[in-house]
Amino acid sequence: MPENCIYIARSSAIAARALAGEMMVMNSADSTFFTLNEVATVIFQAADGHTPLRDIVRDRVCEQFDVDPEQARADAEQFVTELSSYGILIVSNQPLASEAT
Amino acid sequence: MSLMSEVGQKAFDLGVPIAVHIDVTYRCNERCVHCYLDHDDHGEMTTAEIKDVLDQLAEAGVFFLTFSGGEVFMRRDFFEIVEHARRLMFNVKIKTNAVMIHEEEARRIRELDVDTIQISVYSHRPEVHDAITELPHSLERSIKAIRFLREQGLRVTIANVLMTVNSSDQSGVQKLAAELGVHYTLDPTITPMMDGDTSVLALRIPGEELPEIFRNPALVGSQEEFCAPPKPPSKEDLEGYSCSAGHSFCYISPYGDVFPCVQFPLPTGNIRRQKFLDIWNLSPQLKEVRSIQAKDLTVCSSCSHVTSCTRCPGLAYVEGSMRGPSTADCEKSFYRTGVPTANMLQHGLSKPRTTAPLIQIRPIAVPA
Ligand code: SF4
Ligand code: SF4
Repeated sequence: MPENCIYIARSSAIAARALAGEMMVMNSADSTFFTLNEVATVIFQAADGHTPLRDIVRDRVCEQFDVDPEQARADAEQFVTELSSYGILIVSNQPLASEAT
Repeated sequence: MSLMSEVGQKAFDLGVPIAVHIDVTYRCNERCVHCYLDHDDHGEMTTAEIKDVLDQLAEAGVFFLTFSGGEVFMRRDFFEIVEHARRLMFNVKIKTNAVMIHEEEARRIRELDVDTIQISVYSHRPEVHDAITELPHSLERSIKAIRFLREQGLRVTIANVLMTVNSSDQSGVQKLAAELGVHYTLDPTITPMMDGDTSVLALRIPGEELPEIFRNPALVGSQEEFCAPPKPPSKEDLEGYSCSAGHSFCYISPYGDVFPCVQFPLPTGNIRRQKFLDIWNLSPQLKEVRSIQAKDLTVCSSCSHVTSCTRCPGLAYVEGSMRGPSTADCEKSFYRTGVPTANMLQHGLSKPRTTAPLIQIRPIAVPA
């Protein structure tokens, strides 16, 4: 799936809270527990289901962190794929209704 | 250190209330003989008030939220409260006797992605369990509920409070938990009533019987490790703190009173009069709790058990001083290792006192 049409939303099955800028995430289905670093936290918080990942990287990640845009896009894609495999993010090439508010 | 412990330590160091226990009601459909609560409703928080508290807790950084009581399902709005909590993305745990959980409730709990449901089971024998809860058929109903919850794939823990009347049934309850495919946890501590009534302490397992429990590998794991004599404290140990109470954890009563812990009835403020974060950040009582290091403890700082003891500052507070020893923990330390405690030595005792003198403490109830 090309990165420029990816939409991401947070699953409603998870628990999440930021602690000192880093997101704690727990999937209630199997109690897997993660902490996300600051960049991943920004992407997670912006996962509203209707902002394309490309825009999240451009407007949030590249704005707030001193990162190479190409590298940031590649890292974001990898991060999104990983979190979706754990059921934490839902990924689609269509806009999604964010499951959790 | 596991990731979870690392996060817990970070919250502790930063003073973030990462976990909160809320009792949504003290009303209950059971009348457990050891229960320390006044079951009358003195003006519980309304649905709107609890939702507002949850909004404030989310903002304060709370992640782990435990709903308990009383019996949580005595509140008709309980699912509305859990729904709000889950919308705010808390990790939710529910403590219940489960007798009001049927298929439909189990399905709702699963839909709300509740993390764990902890259910009190006192015995595998109905005549013992029901005599403790004073509710006929309560064991049968709790077990039925556990099956409904398991059918939904939910994580369930059986909590087995051990007291004199059921101490011989612990292995039966453990077997029952295994049969039902649920976790088992043991609690040999009976705590005094919130108002200081100590009569329930008579149900505590006598100290002399603790060695039998502490030498059961099914309960304590490696006995050699568990019963090892205490190591002398280092400088770092003496600069350490007791537990998470008031540091990264607190308790909120159905009336909005905030305490350092469910077992630490030191009033620190009321959420109906102040914002949660103002209580958390500014309460002089919480500041005092947070300031106490092992070296400040009046008796315990000179005790050889100080690094390995489970000393509960809440129980110590109920005994008279949050800087003092907790007799229940002295008993555990002594019977676990056979090494006399500073509390015993100070009083010239060859074995720990079994009942501690307690003072009268009652949480402030504020009418709605
Ligand atoms: S030791 Fe006591 S006060 Fe501390 S968390 Fe445990 S029960 Fe609460
Ligand atoms: S054994 Fe008793 S005196 Fe020693 S540290 Fe524990 S509570 Fe304090």
